Amino acid sequence: MSEEYIVALDHVSLNYHSLEGETPALKDICLNVSRGEFIGIVGPSGCGKTTILSLIAGLIRPTSGHVYVNGREVEGPSSLVGYMLQQDHLFDWRSIRQNVLLGLEIQGKLNEDTIARADRLLETYGLGDFKNHYPKQLSGGMRQRVALIRTLAVNPEVLLLDEPFSALDYQTRLALSDDVANIIKREEKTALLVTHDISEAISLSNRVLVLSKRPGTIKSSYNIYLSGQNRNPTELRKAPEFREYFNLIWKELDVHVQ
Amino acid sequence: MSNNNNNSQVSKEHLAYLKKIKHRRIAIRVTQIAILVVFLAIWETAARLKWIDAFITSQPTRIWATLVRLHLNGELYRHISVTIFETIIGFTLGTLIGTFIAIILWWSDFLSKVTDPYLVVLNSLPKVALGPIIIVWIGAGPLSIIVMALLVSIIVTVIGVLNGFLEVSPDKIKLLKTFGATKMQVLTKVVLPASIPTIISALKINVGMSWVGVIVGEFLVSKAGLGYLAVYGGQVFQLDLVMTSVVILMVAAALMYQGVAWLEKRYMKGRRSE
Repeated sequence: MSEEYIVALDHVSLNYHSLEGETPALKDICLNVSRGEFIGIVGPSGCGKTTILSLIAGLIRPTSGHVYVNGREVEGPSSLVGYMLQQDHLFDWRSIRQNVLLGLEIQGKLNEDTIARADRLLETYGLGDFKNHYPKQLSGGMRQRVALIRTLAVNPEVLLLDEPFSALDYQTRLALSDDVANIIKREEKTALLVTHDISEAISLSNRVLVLSKRPGTIKSSYNIYLSGQNRNPTELRKAPEFREYFNLIWKELDVHVQ
Repeated sequence: MSNNNNNSQVSKEHLAYLKKIKHRRIAIRVTQIAILVVFLAIWETAARLKWIDAFITSQPTRIWATLVRLHLNGELYRHISVTIFETIIGFTLGTLIGTFIAIILWWSDFLSKVTDPYLVVLNSLPKVALGPIIIVWIGAGPLSIIVMALLVSIIVTVIGVLNGFLEVSPDKIKLLKTFGATKMQVLTKVVLPASIPTIISALKINVGMSWVGVIVGEFLVSKAGLGYLAVYGGQVFQLDLVMTSVVILMVAAALMYQGVAWLEKRYMKGRRSE
């Protein structure tokens, strides 16, 4: 496998097993992600969006097919991949700084350089003054930013974002998605974002994948070009193309209230 | 803050509110003390006026006299220290070994499932029934009493702490795994620290459990301790002695419980802010 793509899924299928039987969750997924790309993944509930992230993170193995990160087959969690969950899951008993250092601690990479880097990230993204605070003293948006920095502190190449904004209120959500988009761009990371929110996917991504109902397959893929000087995701929502993409993807998702 | 007047004066309404709260608190405390005083007064009066037989019921002044006598000949401190020593050892061992077993069961889901019915049976068994077996196996001595206290508290600890471990959010564990954490790291970085409140509440239950174990143990075998004092007093029909040891027991158990509560408060405080 060439290193041309930072993440590659090659005919990946996955079945879940339970006493009730075998459930195909993903079927024949092929996906190549270039360095620096921002991929949005949308699809109906239970279509296996999160499963794709778990596969890339090495938390689970595919039933068939191959998953590659940086040209090497994924065999378990690696420091190349950072994962950001729906909830921040900051640890109450650790200060913000200690929370941010968690990943480095686990990977045994705690040294002057890495600590300095983590501190710099906190400073750069407006959390320097809160280093010695505890999570309970921070607002939801700030906590989720700390969670992002905790992920970035181990310096991964690929960021997996699993509905990272869905637990926040609408305003915070818009502000934070701008922040996150800027941070990811500045740090030159590749990102895969799983979301329910079509607008969020369009405004943040270079490419949006639409998954089908279970078993999840890639139904369609849209390259997103939004015109506008201001590249902030919130501003990009005003681009004339935005509505077209929205309508296309909405139709593709084929949402029915049952 | 910003709603207050500039000169940081508190409004009359708020003052009245604070006063009301304070008065209520005082009223509660006064009533609590009054109940105790009235109870003791009635007891004493009833005994003096021979409404009740002080030989069987004892009376506050006699209990006090017994306390002073035990204090003067030094017996008091011997009995108290024996019992407290046994309780603290039983309680500490119960918590430590119980937590350790809970860790093993958390580690191995298989073991946990296998031992489940045994734990349920052991938990519902009145541990006191094991007393005679312990005495035969270990002998009549302080060790038997400590083992008794241990047995009474250990199963509750295992079940309580294990449930605490299992309640730790799976997403927190997932987060650690995405960093490549080993099972040991999952245990030390998240499961244990997240469960400290559960462990402390197990500690609180264990204080009471250990007292039960120690006193029952002392009833059965001992030559010293507050439980022994009570049983001895009963056998020689000295109800003063029995009542005195019960009073000391109440005070000692309450103090120990307060100690753990203080520990909990201090820990929770340290965890919330600096």
